[in-house]
Amino acid sequence: MKYEAVIGLEVHAQMLTDTKIFCGCSTKFGAEPNSQTCPVCIGMPGVLPVLNKKALEFAVKTGLATNCQISKLSRFARKNYFYPDLPKGYQISQYELPICEHGYIEIVSDGNTKKIGITRIHMEEDAGKNIHESSSGGGSFSFVDLNRAGVPLMEIVSEPDISTPSEAVEYMKKLRAILRYLNVCDGNMEQGSLRCDANVSIRLKGEKELGTKVEIKNINSFKFVEKALEYEIKRQIKVIEDGGRIIQETRLWDSNKGITESMRGKEEAHDYRYFPEPDLVPITINEEWLNKIKQSLPELPDTKRERFIKEHGISDTDAELLTSEMSLADWFEDAITSGGNPKLVANWVKGDLLRILNEENKTIEQCPVKPSQLADMLKLIENGTISGKIAKTVFEEIYKTGKNADVIVKEKGLVQITSTDEIEKAVDEVLLKNPGEVERYRSGDKKLLGFFVGQIMKITKGKANPQLVNEILNKKLS
Amino acid sequence: MSSLNMLTISEAQNLLRKKEISVIDILEAVFWRIDSVEEKVKAFITINKENSLTVAKDAQKKIDSIGSNDNISLLGIPIAVKDNICTKGILTTCASKILYNFIPPYESTVTMRLKNKGYILVGKTNLDEFAMGSSTENSGFQTTLNPWDLERVPGGSSGGSAAAVAADECIAALGSDTGGSIRQPASFCGVVGLKPTYGRVSRFGLVAYASSLDQIGPITKNVRDSAILLKIISGHDPYDSTSAPINVPDFTECLEKDIKGLKIGIPKEYFIEGMDKEIENTIFQAIKLLESLGAIPVEISLPHTEYAVATYYILATSEASSNLARYDGVKYGLRAVGKDLMDMYLTTRAQGFGAEVKRRIMLGTYALSSGYYEAYYRKAQQVRTLIKKDFEDAFNKVDIIVTPTSPTPPFKAGEKTQDPLQMYLTDIYTISMNLAGVPAISIPCGFTSNNLPVGIQFIGKHFDEESILKIAYAYEQSTDWHRRKPAL
Repeated sequence: MKYEAVIGLEVHAQMLTDTKIFCGCSTKFGAEPNSQTCPVCIGMPGVLPVLNKKALEFAVKTGLATNCQISKLSRFARKNYFYPDLPKGYQISQYELPICEHGYIEIVSDGNTKKIGITRIHMEEDAGKNIHESSSGGGSFSFVDLNRAGVPLMEIVSEPDISTPSEAVEYMKKLRAILRYLNVCDGNMEQGSLRCDANVSIRLKGEKELGTKVEIKNINSFKFVEKALEYEIKRQIKVIEDGGRIIQETRLWDSNKGITESMRGKEEAHDYRYFPEPDLVPITINEEWLNKIKQSLPELPDTKRERFIKEHGISDTDAELLTSEMSLADWFEDAITSGGNPKLVANWVKGDLLRILNEENKTIEQCPVKPSQLADMLKLIENGTISGKIAKTVFEEIYKTGKNADVIVKEKGLVQITSTDEIEKAVDEVLLKNPGEVERYRSGDKKLLGFFVGQIMKITKGKANPQLVNEILNKKLS
Repeated sequence: MSSLNMLTISEAQNLLRKKEISVIDILEAVFWRIDSVEEKVKAFITINKENSLTVAKDAQKKIDSIGSNDNISLLGIPIAVKDNICTKGILTTCASKILYNFIPPYESTVTMRLKNKGYILVGKTNLDEFAMGSSTENSGFQTTLNPWDLERVPGGSSGGSAAAVAADECIAALGSDTGGSIRQPASFCGVVGLKPTYGRVSRFGLVAYASSLDQIGPITKNVRDSAILLKIISGHDPYDSTSAPINVPDFTECLEKDIKGLKIGIPKEYFIEGMDKEIENTIFQAIKLLESLGAIPVEISLPHTEYAVATYYILATSEASSNLARYDGVKYGLRAVGKDLMDMYLTTRAQGFGAEVKRRIMLGTYALSSGYYEAYYRKAQQVRTLIKKDFEDAFNKVDIIVTPTSPTPPFKAGEKTQDPLQMYLTDIYTISMNLAGVPAISIPCGFTSNNLPVGIQFIGKHFDEESILKIAYAYEQSTDWHRRKPAL
């Protein structure tokens, strides 16, 4: 391709604080409209904001986890514009002196590690919601729900270091994993607790100068991050190829139509008239507090992944998958602590466990199988009590009943047959019944081995030790 | 005996404690006075008569139950509050049509503190709309007149509070001061007005005009009363991040202290060509008196004084343009009918705001606009730092700075309304203290030949209200100006 894209993402993450950023109102989702409001968050005259320290802590944690510098001195600013869901007529945000700057996160792109710079992370308050409804009388009304007004947000702004839509998705996934590890945001794009705007431009490969950038808003799922960017890049290329010019503008992603559409041009862009918020004193970060926050950070996805590879000897891809969610990684490690073989545990988690959870639409937190139960079952495989095949049945039983593997094996009589005599008998029976196949095998059709194994397993109801079956079969057939 | 409405706080406290009078006696005297002079003075937007009688009865019960030596604080003391300070359940308009029906569901921290001490809210006093003005003529509802001369203005923006105190329509009052709005009307009305250090008093519940400059303070009949009120309203408030977590002294304890050896700075930039001769003479006589009491006058310089008014009108209007954005007709107050959202916004704000408020919103919006921010807002912030530094340097040499409060005596109503710049210049002696954040008090120091009050201003270091109260008290004790009453 002649062109390359230059992409920067602006991510808004709703923080998981119990109360709003500048007042004591609850942040719970889904309450009666305007039931979670007070004079402060509905912008009554004379009231003042007071910073929620938890919000500051969450922003600092995120900054530390994304390799940012934490500003020793930071301040809030007012972003002025009129809209009914913005009760004060300005949003308290940060402009000059944001709380975090100059960080990065690492993603894997085409098998290589790539750093994506974080320009800044700042704190701000969310706006309320306008709800447009038609009245029965025919005239249309708009309603304002201010429950969300004042919910704390972090805006995480990346450098334009992203070159493809799939890198953008990887960046979002990594960022989401970090936010969830820190427990500062639930990362739910569909519900809007994680929102993404993208700045996109294209240029000829090798070109130094940046093209005119277009901002895309309303991208509300991981799938749409990729689709919206793919569409927009194609659109821009076509405009250029057709001899046109890209106009600096803001476009909205329409997921139904699968296209971006112009929302406003540069001329209609707001002049937000930012200035320092005089109602809040500048934030000064003290070293002792910062150190306490540093020490409270959990092991983060990248470090955990490296450790899993080194300590547990699992593959790169397995480690990537298992560390994508902290709860999954914890589940994995709990199973190992309970004596599970790391490679086997990894195989079972990414295979049967995640499959069944997916089918039942459950998260790992809701998994009825305890890590120790998987470890115990794997021990039964290793000591030869059950075969790997039988284990699949046992695992489903554990999932359904919550009983331990040894109980299930006993109750259902699933103990593996390891007696050579018994297996020899079964082998003889099968060979006797299928003389034609034996003949063909001996004359070179080695693929028939599987057929014999299958027949033997059928007779033994799958309980025969596969290794012994193979050994004896080979002996008898040669 | 003079009427009970003429009492000061400390006089009323004494009489109430000794049970020589009752709370109802004082309150009735106050309302009698309001009935007889309010028509002329027009100090109040809301008179809180019915409510206050219930509170008075409760206060009297409490007084009856305590000993005659106990501190009764503000129990039963009728106080007026400027109508930009929120009072729960009581109309709070900021003298603006846009808040003509606004009843706050919350109490400001200052009135909460007064309430906790048992005060009686007499009523809410008139002001220039949103505290923007120097004459109270910018009120959206009425013009308050000066009790000393009903053809003249009481000053502003706390003109209602100053006039109510001067006319003895209350025992004391609260005002707010963004660029002189307590001190200049106190000076015009011949009473005491104190602007505390920025951060000394909580702004929670004070409807914001310019957040980085606004402070609430007392307007009283003498210095001691200001000390009493200041003690009560001061101190850190968890609801105001800009209120300072600094210890609050008992401001009445410093009053009687000696002023011998106190260095008082006289800034040469404040005594310039064109200032009213009578004022100049009065101030110099006052300084002479202070000298005779042991104070040592020292000439000092506040070199950036000439930029103060310009700096103030950029910063204050910038903040105001943002602070007043919430009055959009969506949530409370006036809402005009419009054909769509934009039309509703425009019509509401066109009808709800007066000319001066609109002028300042436009000035501030302009100063913050992209492309102008650096030249105006940022530059003004830089000058503000220099002005602050002027005071720091000066206070390395002197303990207190003394200046006139206003360059002229009270002017006639209507005299300056057509010329905003002339009006802005009436605050040249008071604006710098808000920019620097330092405390300042204005007290009566004489009268012009037309029998119009003249005020003198004492300015202190950050959080050193004690020094300015001390010198003001010493001066007051040696003079009679504060005892003079207007003939209404």
